[in-house]
Amino acid sequence: MSFPWAKEYTPKVPLMKWLDDRLPLPRFVYNAVGGGYPVPRNLNFFWNFGVLSGLALVIQIVTGIIMAMHYGANDAVAFWTVEHTMRDVNAGWLMRYAHANGASFFFIVVYLHIFRGLYFGSYKAPREMIWLLGLVIFLLMMATAFMGYVLPWGQMSYWGAKVITGLFGAIPVVGEPIQTWLLGGFAPGNAALNRFFSLHYLLPFVIAAVVILHIWALHIPGSSNPTGVEVKGPQDTVPFHPYYTAKDGFGAGVFFIAFAIMVYFAPNFLGHPDNYIEANPLSTPAHIVPEWYFWPFYAILRAFTVDFFFIPAKLLGVLAMFASILLLFFLPWLDTSPVRSGRYRPLFRKFYWILLLDVLVLGYCGGAPAEEPFVMISQVAAAYYFAHFLIILPLIAAYEKPLPLPGSITEAVLAKHGETAAPAAVPAE
Amino acid sequence: MATLEGSADADLSKDDGGVRRRDFINIAAVSFAGVGGVVALLPLVNQMNPSADVLALASTEVDLSGIQEGQAIKTIYRSQPLFVRHLTAKEIAEADAVDISTLRDPQTLEQRTVDGKKQWLITMGVCTHLGCVPLGAGEGENKGEYGGYFCPCHGSSYDTAARIRKGPAPLNLEVPPYSYTSETAILVG
Repeated sequence: MSFPWAKEYTPKVPLMKWLDDRLPLPRFVYNAVGGGYPVPRNLNFFWNFGVLSGLALVIQIVTGIIMAMHYGANDAVAFWTVEHTMRDVNAGWLMRYAHANGASFFFIVVYLHIFRGLYFGSYKAPREMIWLLGLVIFLLMMATAFMGYVLPWGQMSYWGAKVITGLFGAIPVVGEPIQTWLLGGFAPGNAALNRFFSLHYLLPFVIAAVVILHIWALHIPGSSNPTGVEVKGPQDTVPFHPYYTAKDGFGAGVFFIAFAIMVYFAPNFLGHPDNYIEANPLSTPAHIVPEWYFWPFYAILRAFTVDFFFIPAKLLGVLAMFASILLLFFLPWLDTSPVRSGRYRPLFRKFYWILLLDVLVLGYCGGAPAEEPFVMISQVAAAYYFAHFLIILPLIAAYEKPLPLPGSITEAVLAKHGETAAPAAVPAE
Repeated sequence: MATLEGSADADLSKDDGGVRRRDFINIAAVSFAGVGGVVALLPLVNQMNPSADVLALASTEVDLSGIQEGQAIKTIYRSQPLFVRHLTAKEIAEADAVDISTLRDPQTLEQRTVDGKKQWLITMGVCTHLGCVPLGAGEGENKGEYGGYFCPCHGSSYDTAARIRKGPAPLNLEVPPYSYTSETAILVG
């Protein structure tokens, strides 16, 4: 499951030899994230976000288990047990703010991880399974984040639960029974709160399991790299440890600085004040929006305002929103260009940045009130989103003339180095 | 990489007794992260300690004025039973008559009460064996063969000063910290 020149794990003390013969767990770790995993030597900082996503998952699980120790999943007390955590529990405020902002940071690093993959073509053969498993993780994250947001049982929790389960109500004929089944009632209540808590506790461990599959699939072909050129020999790689443990350690330091700034100085910046009002089934907040990480998809949902033939607008919006994510499962087969990295694809690169801008515009519109001009902008941006994947990408692949690829990773690295410091080194290699 | 190690680091190692710049950075960074990691663990552990609302209930006021001689009441201190007993002259005499050198946990009644308030015996209602609530505070309950308290779980008998006399319990019933806020009221905790 690795390159032939990968360093072999050799236990030094007798105890480790004994263990290695019976349960080779240290060998497994060594080959996964130690000296036994050869990694392309040219990874840039965008390759930090996989490890940072794992770090964010760990933060969420640790703070989440602690939050559950002080939480009561009952609609009569849920809101007050969260306030109790904030006011009375030792460092409870820290746990909750770390958990709430940790969710945002998890999405920030995962979005950067996804857009890294989009730019450098990490989804292409032979890495399709890594991409598909990553999307499964993304979907699980969205479900987990949504259900977690319901648990404080504030106004946004309640109405979020009502609106999101209402999406299923758009399905013809069986929609309403499904919504009632999901909620265990006609509106969010104690039954919904309890099942959401149960599933919110379960899903992170499912995510952790899929993360293991994701990394397993990654270790078959090995990591991709900014040139998109496959590893050709030992000179193209360095061992994961110490080279990338050090680089990821630096990235983790930067991550923690940003995380601490948010947790300690702006803990409610990404939250919504309405969620500090206890859930009230008789009054909807004036401006109801999901958390920021759902905004682009929320904008697509709201972009459909008129019925299309016999399909009601409500159903269209729901279908489009789910389609916008499911579409990504087909990406490896929509982008047929054999060149992976955007560095050598001048036309693709331009449209990549337009797509990024388009998603940011969708995000902005998703957070804005449902009125003009945001509805119209959402419609244009949503149409472009689908056009990018379904029309533009296949066309680019067919007509683009890629730049010449470097002969190897080492050649690319030395050429870059040669421009400034050691021109003599280039012909030597 | 090879060029870096070959030039800068190799030169430094000669000048600094084999300590490379990279070694220094490595040790400094790992130590910093290690100390930070340990400090970050403190709140994760401390959150399991009693929260502010639990500590706020950690003192109990008791009004003694309604408790007749020979009577006892059960109340709650730190979510556990608290026995407040108004001893009769006979019970005090019985307690004082014991040679404390024969006791498992030697204490006099004076040591277990406040000066001049020897008739007020305030103890936890928690058997020192395994934490059951002994009988004897309520009217008509079995007070055991020493006339104080009797634990039905494993048969520990306490005398009129709530000292352990028979059975598996190792210690006398615990006297919690308390003080008189007036002639007829105490604050426990």
